[in-house]
Amino acid sequence: MAEAAVRAGCTFFAGYPITPQNEVPEYLSWRLPQAGGVFVQAESEVAAINMIFGSSAAGARSMTSSSSPGVSLKQEGISYIAGAELPCVIANVQRGGPGLGNIRASQGDYFQAVKGGGHGDYKLIVLGPAYVQELYDLTMRAFDWADYYRNPVMILSDGILGQIAEPLELTPYTPIVKLPPKDYILTGCAGRTPRVVKTLFLNPADGLVHHNDHLQEKYRRIEHELSLCEEYETADADIIIAAYGMSGRIAKGAVRKARRKGLKVGLIRPITLWPFPKEPFVRAARTASKMLVVEMSCGQFIEDVKLASECAVPVEFFGKGGGWYPMDTDILEIVESMQPCRSAPCATRKD
Amino acid sequence: MATFTRPDTLKDQITHYCPGCGHGIAHRIVAEVIDELGIREKTIGTAPVGCAVLMYDYFNVDMIECAHGRAPAVATGIKRVQPDKIVFTYQGDGDLAAIGTAETIHAANRGENITVIFINNAIYGMTGGQMAPTTICGQPTTTTPDGRGAHGEGGPIRVCELLSNLDGTCYLERTAVSTPKDVLATRRAIKKAFENQIAGKGFSMVEVLSMCPTDWKLSTQKSLEFVNNDLKKVFPLGVYKDR
Repeated sequence: MAEAAVRAGCTFFAGYPITPQNEVPEYLSWRLPQAGGVFVQAESEVAAINMIFGSSAAGARSMTSSSSPGVSLKQEGISYIAGAELPCVIANVQRGGPGLGNIRASQGDYFQAVKGGGHGDYKLIVLGPAYVQELYDLTMRAFDWADYYRNPVMILSDGILGQIAEPLELTPYTPIVKLPPKDYILTGCAGRTPRVVKTLFLNPADGLVHHNDHLQEKYRRIEHELSLCEEYETADADIIIAAYGMSGRIAKGAVRKARRKGLKVGLIRPITLWPFPKEPFVRAARTASKMLVVEMSCGQFIEDVKLASECAVPVEFFGKGGGWYPMDTDILEIVESMQPCRSAPCATRKD
Repeated sequence: MATFTRPDTLKDQITHYCPGCGHGIAHRIVAEVIDELGIREKTIGTAPVGCAVLMYDYFNVDMIECAHGRAPAVATGIKRVQPDKIVFTYQGDGDLAAIGTAETIHAANRGENITVIFINNAIYGMTGGQMAPTTICGQPTTTTPDGRGAHGEGGPIRVCELLSNLDGTCYLERTAVSTPKDVLATRRAIKKAFENQIAGKGFSMVEVLSMCPTDWKLSTQKSLEFVNNDLKKVFPLGVYKDR
């Protein structure tokens, strides 16, 4: 992730030590200056995100990384950055919570990432990688989407992906979209009228309602344009497993095992968590008879699965919080026990 | 014949500040210094949360409005990305010495090459007169109706003295805007604080004792006397660091 950031042209990183993401700032502390960028070890998570607020306003591709308790502290700055429509990349290598929790992998920050986290009506683009290669690739894309939409992008990783070692192809960076000029950044007002980066809107004429309407319009455009999802063996699947990130990767193993046993099981693994890829779930709700949500948290991701599938089929749940992760054999066992239409759907789909 | 004109760095705007408030004087001094040094088109200012939150409506330079207390961190991000620009923060006492204490101390300790204008009026102005970190002992506020210190509030934080212990600081001076002589001294200090940044010398801060008649519930004349007779005793004027 750190190397992908450098190759994508990140020139400013600020962060604060917290396990299990220390490898990122440690790597960037020498690698970023080598590539002509700036690394700052901030005095706090709050300061780190506010340094990003400044560096992004000054035009640099900017990044910070942390883990769950640290990301909670960053929420103030994230709200300001989203409100001011500044681009940046924020990595959350999730660990167990609530509170200080533990340093094992978790997906307990799903709601915080995709529903808001800080104050006010705003959205982050949220990406949920499951493999080191995907993490590398998505980190590069994250910088493009952040600049393209002028919006913070969160990479929602976890302690397993953060610590894992696996083969990686260090592909070169090429932008995937034509990036608009940064005509909003602060460079000193030579030859032009001064610019202001702000989130305060007191004047009724250019008021906050109007600003929020503008933000929501942008979010609708992002929802329309951006959706990434892996679908695996879903075409004829009777049971669809829905899982993202590391639990999605483990669930894929369970699907392979189930297929070897002749069970018609498939996987939908959302890669963009916001915008949530609804369409595969709408289709799955027509073709499958049941879904199983697997998440390393106590029932967060399942809400979006139910919303996307409009509860047209029963959705069962397998998940725990606190640094727990599922084994593929456990998932397989549950899939084997799931009889079609054992329980009633929570709502009847009207076609 | 010399005429009294508006500095280029100030927009032709009527400010929202109360009669007798010191922000107007401090704004004008900062603007005059930016004009005089010819740096308006390479200056990036950071606005605080507090009475000066709308200063970007008054200053004719690029500006960013920061979260409460975070301006030194935001300024760090800007200055590190654009080291050739002149970056300043303008913060009140609640912003700089309460909610932003960590950002202030660590930006100073890193020796960030920025200029900090610290307006100390010993009260939270924008929110209506609550106790500030620099409220002096015995001073009544809306949250210390019996005067500060009567119920375990501690005493005022002396920021220049505090920061003078840090190796990263280059220049620290406390001035006031309560007499013509003090105004001139503040102008000299603020000019020096910007010159230090231009010369790449590191963290410079000018703490300006300022008036808040509205929230002190004093007349404009009595407010000047409060600065001269009371605040200056607790916050001695002078140079605390100059290297």
